Amino acid sequence: MSLLVNIVLLSFLVIMAIAVLRIKNLLAMAMLFGLYSLLVAGLFVVLDAPDVAFTEAAVGTGISTVLMLVTIASVRDSHEVENKGRNSSLALLLSVVMGVALMYGIHDIAELGDPTAPAHTQVAARFIESGQAETGVPNLVTAVLASYRGFDTLGEVTVVLTAGLGILLLLLRSEKPRVKGKKKDAG
Amino acid sequence: MMDYIIGHINYWLIIAVMMVGMFTLMSRTNMIKKLAGLSIFQTAVILFYVSLGKVEDGTAPIVAEGFSTYSNPLPQVLMLTAIVVGVATTAVGFALVIRIKEAYNTIEEDEIRELDAKS
Amino acid sequence: MQDKLILRVVAKWLIPVIILFAFYVQFHGDYSPGGGFQAGVIFSSAFLLYSLVYGLESAIKVLPDHWLKVAACFGVLLYAGVGVVAMLMGGNFLDYSALASEPVAGQHIGIILIELGVGITVGSVMLLIFFTFARRVLPK
Repeated sequence: MSLLVNIVLLSFLVIMAIAVLRIKNLLAMAMLFGLYSLLVAGLFVVLDAPDVAFTEAAVGTGISTVLMLVTIASVRDSHEVENKGRNSSLALLLSVVMGVALMYGIHDIAELGDPTAPAHTQVAARFIESGQAETGVPNLVTAVLASYRGFDTLGEVTVVLTAGLGILLLLLRSEKPRVKGKKKDAG
Repeated sequence: MMDYIIGHINYWLIIAVMMVGMFTLMSRTNMIKKLAGLSIFQTAVILFYVSLGKVEDGTAPIVAEGFSTYSNPLPQVLMLTAIVVGVATTAVGFALVIRIKEAYNTIEEDEIRELDAKS
Repeated sequence: MQDKLILRVVAKWLIPVIILFAFYVQFHGDYSPGGGFQAGVIFSSAFLLYSLVYGLESAIKVLPDHWLKVAACFGVLLYAGVGVVAMLMGGNFLDYSALASEPVAGQHIGIILIELGVGITVGSVMLLIFFTFARRVLPK
């Protein structure tokens, strides 16, 4: 049953990704991107990861889409230029090569949900076994995030802060950069 | 054979999403579209990691009475932080797009390259 | 969007609920799905909705930029500060067991504090990013 839900959601995901690729109107693309994130959040619920689903639903569908819309509004350019005559066969070739290499790579990976996979028998087994006793927190994701991997999370929070500072530095400068031969405003 | 396909079809479809994302990133010239492709690629990778942590008949990793099988919390923790960091770094990309628009008055990669060649 | 009556009324009812839910996710994250990252993002999305419906100016009046900058740095400092306090009390950096006489109680205190730090930083950075972007749209 869960497999069927997985396959339906993943097929929708592929279709949505292709729609994002093909659509020319950038505002519609932002909407489709929000829908794509919502589907991913649904998939996380099916994969027993409610914490991640939570985050993806709030970040992908909310913040990310709004940021994309605000960017489109501020560059005042909501249509992609038709790039006729541009050869994208190299890009296609590279994507296919990457896909085939990954397909080959996952050939001997453990099947989905296999409880004897090495990923589940090493450190994760110990977290599940003694996580609550050692930290007093039943939600193991919080326990691992905050306690066992505290250093990691400190680094991630610092990255978020640094990204915010970078955006402030980029966008709060008042003088405009000058480039020779700037394209004239077509209206 | 059937078992092999059922066990791996999730991964195959995720790889298909990854390929579409990578193709968007490389073939389109519009910078906002490129960033959307990058985000799709990133979400596909995150999805791949989380699906590695799935355990058959398991439940969400919150310890409760009556359950003994839980899915693997470790990939979930890593990917949870990766999503938030991902949106912050994508926002930096959008800020760069806005600055590029101010400098060149276009966000198409081809036109920017032409302008650079002229100057 | 200032003249959309339905949107304004619905947003007025929805925003307190979203903020309350953000606090629930923040402080109940030990027992149910949730935690600092999610709570920060949900909290910021409440203000995002407010500024989309009522205009950017009124949102900035509630949460001025310099407050957000201070809050973003305070979250990281709180996180690292917990680690330093743990060191001063005889443990390793970020070893919460040293924070209280019982190791499990210390772990609990440490986890709640650092989740709070994560929530403050993520929420204020997301709002700061949105305000900075949205200000770019206004002129011209």
